[in-house]
Amino acid sequence: MSVEAREARQPWILLSPALTALVLLLFVPLLFIVVYSFWLRSAAGADQAGFYLDNWREALGDAFYRDILLGTLRIAAITTLVCALMGYPAAYFIARSKGNKVLLLLLLMLPFWISYIIRTMSWINILGTSGALNSVLLSLGIVSEPLRMLYNETTVILGLVHFLLPFMVLNVYVSLDGIDTNLEDAANSLGATRWQAFTQVTLPLSLPGLAAGGLLCFVLGAGTYITPLVLGGPRDAMFANLVYEAIITQLNWPLGSALSLMLLAVLGVLVAIYNRYLGMAQLAKGLG
Amino acid sequence: MSTVTLSKIVKRFGAFTAVHDTSLEFGEGQFVTLLGPSGCGKTTTLRMIAGLLDPSEGDILIGGRRVNDIPIHKRNLGIVFQNYALFPHKTVAENVAFGLKYRNVPKDEAARRVAEALDLVQLPQVGDRYPKALSGGQQQRIALARAIVIEPDVLLLDEPLSALDANLREDMRVELKRIQDRIGVTTVFVTHDQSEALAMSDSIVVMSNGRVEQVGAPEEVYNTPASEFVAQFLGASNILAATCTGRANGTVTLDAPVFGRLGIPAERAPQVAGAGPAKLVLRAEKLHLAARGTTDGQAASADAVVEAVDYQGQAARYFLRAGAHRFQAVNMIDGRPFAAGAEVTLHLRPQDCAALPGDPA
Repeated sequence: MSVEAREARQPWILLSPALTALVLLLFVPLLFIVVYSFWLRSAAGADQAGFYLDNWREALGDAFYRDILLGTLRIAAITTLVCALMGYPAAYFIARSKGNKVLLLLLLMLPFWISYIIRTMSWINILGTSGALNSVLLSLGIVSEPLRMLYNETTVILGLVHFLLPFMVLNVYVSLDGIDTNLEDAANSLGATRWQAFTQVTLPLSLPGLAAGGLLCFVLGAGTYITPLVLGGPRDAMFANLVYEAIITQLNWPLGSALSLMLLAVLGVLVAIYNRYLGMAQLAKGLG
Repeated sequence: MSTVTLSKIVKRFGAFTAVHDTSLEFGEGQFVTLLGPSGCGKTTTLRMIAGLLDPSEGDILIGGRRVNDIPIHKRNLGIVFQNYALFPHKTVAENVAFGLKYRNVPKDEAARRVAEALDLVQLPQVGDRYPKALSGGQQQRIALARAIVIEPDVLLLDEPLSALDANLREDMRVELKRIQDRIGVTTVFVTHDQSEALAMSDSIVVMSNGRVEQVGAPEEVYNTPASEFVAQFLGASNILAATCTGRANGTVTLDAPVFGRLGIPAERAPQVAGAGPAKLVLRAEKLHLAARGTTDGQAASADAVVEAVDYQGQAARYFLRAGAHRFQAVNMIDGRPFAAGAEVTLHLRPQDCAALPGDPA
């Protein structure tokens, strides 16, 4: 075998374990889901194999699903915006701090050591009727009976921000950390105030990180079902809850498959748009 | 164009003092170089003039006006950074025009001035490109254009040539000096490279450990070093403990080991007051090797053995031993260099020597 041929093969040899896992554990099951989405559910229990468009007609045609999909995208968008507004200053602080950046980043990662579900449930102990906040308010006499703060859209967004903020901070941090601090000095020396230097130089140069963080927050937020399950009320179901409902509760696998593919397609389009303009490499930088 | 005055400047970082009580004055239109090894305080001094650092004590005056409390964006300075610091998301023209935006320069005038600045750095056709598409030397020229287009009172250059490779560095050196002559702006240049300092400066400030060792014109600093540090830092020097036997008739007489009695011009030994301990400073370039036994009428001479040779093309650096003393000599190569082990005679003209006061016993 020639040297060139061997060199050409090398990446594929190195990639093969990961590719095998991806094919077996992701693509094949995904294919099953695609096939399933065209089957027909029968009340008797055994689903009927074949090519039926009934599930797709229901998923795409029913305003109920459309409204929840739009609601899900809206919650994900608000969450992403809040994460950006809260995460950017934090990332800027870490990137520009002269002290121990490693420690600050470690503190940022600390929440990942606790299960996401536990972290979400912790809000019940804080915001619940007998939670920490109400106990304080009651004992201070500010309120006479416990406030009902849980189980609404705000708490869902709160829980999602709590979960997703580190992803935003990390991505913005990585892009800010890569910006030469001399650039701001140069802008200042040319007559720009600190704020002008920030808006003219630092902010535009950190947009790729902000976009990568935003994409992660949006996709993870739109795909969540635990947060609305734990912190949302009956009317705060997000799209992934419908999938869960269809598959686990109603055992309607064909419909659940069609719904999950719908969400996948919407988020896929978003990722494709991102990739078109910014490239996936930026996302990899933020995760590394 | 303005004068720059540093008056009793001190800069401390915590317990560490980066710049000790320093006072300097740079004349209008002068090209002044702050020269010294890394950590000597030269960049700290530059950053204080720029307004990127605040002095712990003392005053900074630009054009006679105290600027300590004036923020950097109001000081009207042009700064060229070591790593160019061009804005990667802006085109070359946008980079150069950046400072004009904050000076309310009308659009057409700004465009004209950008074109002029690009002409001045001899890159008139790259305005539409992004910095990334330019070579290091070109980026450096753009950084210079961006700094001078605002017609700064003072141009500050922080090791602007050190990121370039050797050939380009020498070209840019000439280029930079040409541009500075042309626009006549007071320039403060920071470098650790003595040949850059000697070639470009009107005045050199040699710094070491946060203190000024000497201020003077290149020839002055080179020929009459004010301290052992300066003698060693600007080209290699051999320093011999010697004894001064007297100062009279414009000559300082030294008794030195190896070379014996030398009469040095008094202006090359301004700090040697009279008889007592002294140090003889011998420039490596002024120590000439010749075949053993040759003589030179007006030179002192001594026999030595070549221990090692560092061949440098047009010149060679020799490591020599004469008795118990070791010397370095740098000679142009005429024919073939002497080989290691060669027995040679060293010639030295006393008027090429300098002397410093000796360490108090």
